[in-house]
Amino acid sequence: MSQVHIKTKINGDNIEFLCDPEETLLDILRDKLHLTGTKEGCGTGDCGACSITLDGKLVCSCLVLGAEADNSEISTIEGMSNGEKLHPLQQKFLDHAALQCGVCTPGILVAAKSLLEKNPDPTESEVRYWLAGNLCRCTGYDKIIKAVLDAAKEMRS
Amino acid sequence: MSPLDNTYEKQFKVIGTRPPRPDGIEKVTGKAQYGADLYVPDMLYAKILRSPHPHAKIISIDTSEAEKLDGVKAVVTSKDFSKFSDNKPSDTLVNCIAHEKALYDGHCVAAVAALSNTIAKSALKLINVEYEILPHVTDVDEAMKTDSPIVNKGYVLENVPKGFSENVTSYYEFGHGDLDNGFNNADLIVERTFKTEAAHQGYIEPHACLASMTPDGKADLWCCTQGHYNVRALCADIMGMESSQLRVTPSEIGGGFGGKTTIFIEPIALALSLKSGKPVKLVMTRDEVFKATGPTVSSSMDVKIGMTKDGVITAGEANLRYQGGAFPNGTVEMGAQSAFAAYDLKAVRTKGWNVLTNRPKQAAYRAPGAPQAIYAVESVVDELCQKLNLDPLEIRIKNAAKKGTKSSYGPTFDDIGLIATLEAAKKHPHYLAPLEENQGRGLSCGFWFNFGGDTCVTLNVNFDGTIGVTEGNPDIGGSRASISQMAAEELGISYDKVRTIIADTNSLGHNEVTDGSRVTFAVGLATIKAARAAIKEMCKRVSLIWGIDEDAVRWENGSAIPAGPNAGQFDPMSIEEIAAMSSQTGGPIAGHHEVNAEGAGVSFGVHLADVEVDKETGSTKVLRYTVFQDAGKAIHPSYVEGQMQGGAVQGIGWALNEEYIYGEDGRLQNAGFLDYRIPVASDLPMIEPVILEIPNPGHPYGVRGVGETSIVPPLAAINNAVSRATNIRFSELPLSPPKVLSSLKKEINDG
Ligand code: FES
Ligand code: FES
Repeated sequence: MSQVHIKTKINGDNIEFLCDPEETLLDILRDKLHLTGTKEGCGTGDCGACSITLDGKLVCSCLVLGAEADNSEISTIEGMSNGEKLHPLQQKFLDHAALQCGVCTPGILVAAKSLLEKNPDPTESEVRYWLAGNLCRCTGYDKIIKAVLDAAKEMRS
Repeated sequence: MSPLDNTYEKQFKVIGTRPPRPDGIEKVTGKAQYGADLYVPDMLYAKILRSPHPHAKIISIDTSEAEKLDGVKAVVTSKDFSKFSDNKPSDTLVNCIAHEKALYDGHCVAAVAALSNTIAKSALKLINVEYEILPHVTDVDEAMKTDSPIVNKGYVLENVPKGFSENVTSYYEFGHGDLDNGFNNADLIVERTFKTEAAHQGYIEPHACLASMTPDGKADLWCCTQGHYNVRALCADIMGMESSQLRVTPSEIGGGFGGKTTIFIEPIALALSLKSGKPVKLVMTRDEVFKATGPTVSSSMDVKIGMTKDGVITAGEANLRYQGGAFPNGTVEMGAQSAFAAYDLKAVRTKGWNVLTNRPKQAAYRAPGAPQAIYAVESVVDELCQKLNLDPLEIRIKNAAKKGTKSSYGPTFDDIGLIATLEAAKKHPHYLAPLEENQGRGLSCGFWFNFGGDTCVTLNVNFDGTIGVTEGNPDIGGSRASISQMAAEELGISYDKVRTIIADTNSLGHNEVTDGSRVTFAVGLATIKAARAAIKEMCKRVSLIWGIDEDAVRWENGSAIPAGPNAGQFDPMSIEEIAAMSSQTGGPIAGHHEVNAEGAGVSFGVHLADVEVDKETGSTKVLRYTVFQDAGKAIHPSYVEGQMQGGAVQGIGWALNEEYIYGEDGRLQNAGFLDYRIPVASDLPMIEPVILEIPNPGHPYGVRGVGETSIVPPLAAINNAVSRATNIRFSELPLSPPKVLSSLKKEINDG
């Protein structure tokens, strides 16, 4: 089957790739572009480890076809920090020990950033519901929720 | 002073602080490399064909069409492994790839390596397997009956009592005292049968590896594992290799909880690499993780306990039947040992039977075997307290095991923190907080043995006086930070002067798997000893410089100083100065320590859970949850809390929703995160951790393992809370909404 030529902007850079029509955007990010910060925990939209934003919208990249990304702007975890400077969410995750194994962390950070862009002052329960699609098996979520609330507070001030 | 030269009463400078973890930035920026994140030139992608039948004889496998597909570079079946060894294939190999029979739904029968995942997937469809379907069994009680289908022959140990099918492979018994007499002295006896379903560890990272093997018998293997030395031993045995020829490098690991202590795919990748002559990457899908890795045992258990009116337990008895899949395992032994560990009993007896079924071979899951047995015991203790109108916390204190108690499984306890932990729970505001209608409070004790085991650590003093620690245990939850803290503490230097890395199998001697809550204890102990060896060498070098006796030099706050006024007048020499001169005083300085660590020190925990049950839907909401646990000494309190919180939430999931559901056809019905429902953020309240520190005499700083105990109490704590909220005694997990609802309806109908 012939491959499709796709043009995108990923973390601010113009990137083009060829993909099989059935390949997911997650496969492209990882296998073709080697942007492996985006993780695959399930491939079925149930864990959120593959969270990215596509034209500003939070999506599971395992549920998007590579071919669908034509002419779109994509942000992944690799684009979250600015050179040496971590995003406040990244810093707060370290300060609060909000990661144990860390494999859920990229997806949760991307999802949390998207929450704070929409709602800079979320309640605990709003954070919990927004992140309900991001599974973490290590932490019991406690420190993750605290880190997000603390980052939100810092970003507001 | 004890032989361990314990220093846990001193004032710590680094221990107990919360420094940033050394692998943190990589993990929040997406740079850390996990099992599936490595790509190498000319690499192939592999996929596995799995049996759709729970039990079937493999008549033939025709791979010729798959081999012809453009882009396919190798196909393997069990036949490809026979050339590596003349011995009977090990259980581990037969679990990785079916030989004569497929033993469970999802058992691997063949595998393909190709230029892309897409091609490998297409090739699987071209493999033709002819099966003869056999009768199957997936339920533990059914599998024990004499007329059950036999899953796997030839495993029955001699001491197994008669009267069961050949699926019952081993039998264990523990206890002491006169049970009849004990029950005669009771004012009330409660006897119940309990069931728990299998749960999965549910780590978010599926198993993944990348193998490169050459025809001269050498190989490199990269994989996510809790123990790369064990991966090497198992793979070398299967592949007929010498250990020295197989180098295993552990990736960062995306959770394990016991499920990554063994191998499932690594030999397949090695065989495909050898056959194709190229590196091969093999990554499991989530569906494969559920069907063909190592979930827990499921259980069926009878517990009988007698109590006097004033709350003294007079006798306890438990019969445990665990199934752990198609191959034997010893998990029920640990269940039988731990069932009554929290109690000081005159009469106690536990028995355990291991049973084979057509399910995947169980693997460890956090405190393997203990959550089930302790759930049953703690539920009966709570029921007795409720019926006798006694405070469940007081009664646990009254009967608690303490220093000098002969434990239900034999050994006599040394210093343990159970009573202190119970007292902390009693004093905590949570225990007396008011409850409303449809709400209930549950309580449970938990226990885990903790292990030590084979451990090697090397500690290098670099020429600039900084420290490189090399250890061999994959870091699942921040252990590199705590190891660096212990090195810094012992050397008297600051945390940021130490960097700890995890070495591959060729760089250090054997290290036991990251399991048994052993790493902070055993690797920590070896690190402290390695630091002491380096200190001894540094003092010796300084004695040469000062021209005094080695014994006349002492170590304090990161410097060598004269041991006393008689040693002479010298200015302290700092570690930087000693390191800078080391080339002139005899060469580079290092300390190392190799040990089979003993004295791990058991760990107890107590959990308090408040729930509210919705009587319309049967669903349970956890309102408040507090974890009390004895950590011995918390090296990095944030990561200790993390273990307590994470284990508690896994236990809550097991209690409320998680279960393996097998259909009549013997196939797994819910192999995905949508239908196998682990707790999500919106299901939970904050989990409050309360760390107790009752030093373990077996560790220089008093450390006890903390990783596993926390999953033990939630099962009974939730069960007791739901039972008290509804006034119905439940005895089957999970307490999923349909199950609770049907009991509520039955209760109404029965009036
Ligand atoms: S990998 Fe996309 S949601 Fe799990
Ligand atoms: S930190 Fe391991 S899954 Fe979240």
